[in-house]
Amino acid sequence: MARNPQLNKHGELQHLLTTEGLPRDVITRILDTAEPFADVAEREVKKVPLLRGKSVFNLFFENSTRTRTTFEIAAKRLSADVINLNIATSSTNKGETLLDTVDNLAAMQADMFVVRHASSGAPYLIAQHLEATGRDHIHVVNAGDGRHAHPTQGLLDMYTIRHYKRDFTQLSVAVVGDILHSRVARSQIHALSTLGVPDLRAVAPKTLLPQDIERLGCRVFHDMREGLRGVDVVMMLRLQNERMQGSLLPSAQEYFKFFGLTEEKLALAKPDAIVLHPGPMNRGVEIDSAVADGRQAVILPQVTFGIAVRMAVMAMLGGGNA
Amino acid sequence: MSLPDAELLLADLAAQMRPQMTPDTALVGLHTGGVWVAQRLHALLGLAQPPGALDVSFYRDDYAQRGLSRDARRSSLPFDIEGRPLVLVDDVLHTGRTVRAALNELFDYGRPARVELAVLVDRGGRQLPVAPTWCAARYEPPAGSRVKLVQDDGRLALRLVQDQE
Repeated sequence: MARNPQLNKHGELQHLLTTEGLPRDVITRILDTAEPFADVAEREVKKVPLLRGKSVFNLFFENSTRTRTTFEIAAKRLSADVINLNIATSSTNKGETLLDTVDNLAAMQADMFVVRHASSGAPYLIAQHLEATGRDHIHVVNAGDGRHAHPTQGLLDMYTIRHYKRDFTQLSVAVVGDILHSRVARSQIHALSTLGVPDLRAVAPKTLLPQDIERLGCRVFHDMREGLRGVDVVMMLRLQNERMQGSLLPSAQEYFKFFGLTEEKLALAKPDAIVLHPGPMNRGVEIDSAVADGRQAVILPQVTFGIAVRMAVMAMLGGGNA
Repeated sequence: MSLPDAELLLADLAAQMRPQMTPDTALVGLHTGGVWVAQRLHALLGLAQPPGALDVSFYRDDYAQRGLSRDARRSSLPFDIEGRPLVLVDDVLHTGRTVRAALNELFDYGRPARVELAVLVDRGGRQLPVAPTWCAARYEPPAGSRVKLVQDDGRLALRLVQDQE
């Protein structure tokens, strides 16, 4: 069997590309390691020296100011030098351009690439290329690729759930919204299932569900009220506006009526259920303002925890190379 | 030379430190053994400030060689360190590298009035210019082994364990 491309020969994290196939002990170690990093932001000096003298390249082939900023903050709090590259993609010759770019930056002594790309598999291609050319001291973190994966988002959601709910093996969790197009949903579902969540629900209209969703261990609900009944955790997904233009959905108003999270629908979940959203939110489309700003929302803590989780991932990758 | 009794060392260390403690003094234990020692010293010395705990994983100088420690824990300093006299507490003093890392971490929380060092055992082998203010015993373990503090039923004891290198 081929080696997991994310792990080195000692079973330690070499790249972070996806939560799929990431062993439970590695996920747990990332979450455990993030805890002391969460405290760093509370101190007078919000920095630790682990990545001092290292160069982290944020390689964003697809724009995302939010995600890029959180990675930038995380790297800077580890004392790394951060170089941001927002590279507009041309639709042709992507593969060639991508690896040429990587080779150029590697020649500038890059130590880590944080990669966002519209094509699924681009970070994996880069990782493979670096290893094939004997540059395995350079690490790759996937910051979102196509519809495939957004592992740090998935992991920060796991951190958030653990923070409020402690034990994954007792939980009912509903992932709600556009699961078909969502790399976040995939990363969440793989992580939740590896961590042993016994009741994992996918709540979405038929047109926004991938065909293999039940194979991932999810129970499918097309009725949101049924899907939310008795859950401990509600994980909302962002509905991308461009999805409205095709034939998948009638209108934003119609979507909100059936799949928007309102206080009335949330009341069907457990009274202490928490609500997550990866941001940026479309208020009045997938989530009502009363819920987004309500006492059960943990959306802003997610952002804070996200920095700590990204620091943990980069710190686990960046050491032990000498 | 047999291993000293950790409980006797603890009492001796507290006796040495007592005359120099001030109402503001706070102890800061270094994970893991140093935290146990700091908790016991805190009770013996009757200090007002609860003891702090430092895990120096983020400041170690072997990160590039060994990577991040597998069990990095939270540091906690439950008092403002600005202008405060502090005592770093560890179980065994060896190369001095942990103390160097602890000093670096400490100063990211603020500027203490002074920092002193209390250890149960000094085993020699220093690689940095670090010396304890208070030390209960000198003990050099046989080659290939090291001294480890264990806590059993609230009592402290020293053990010899084989080096993993």
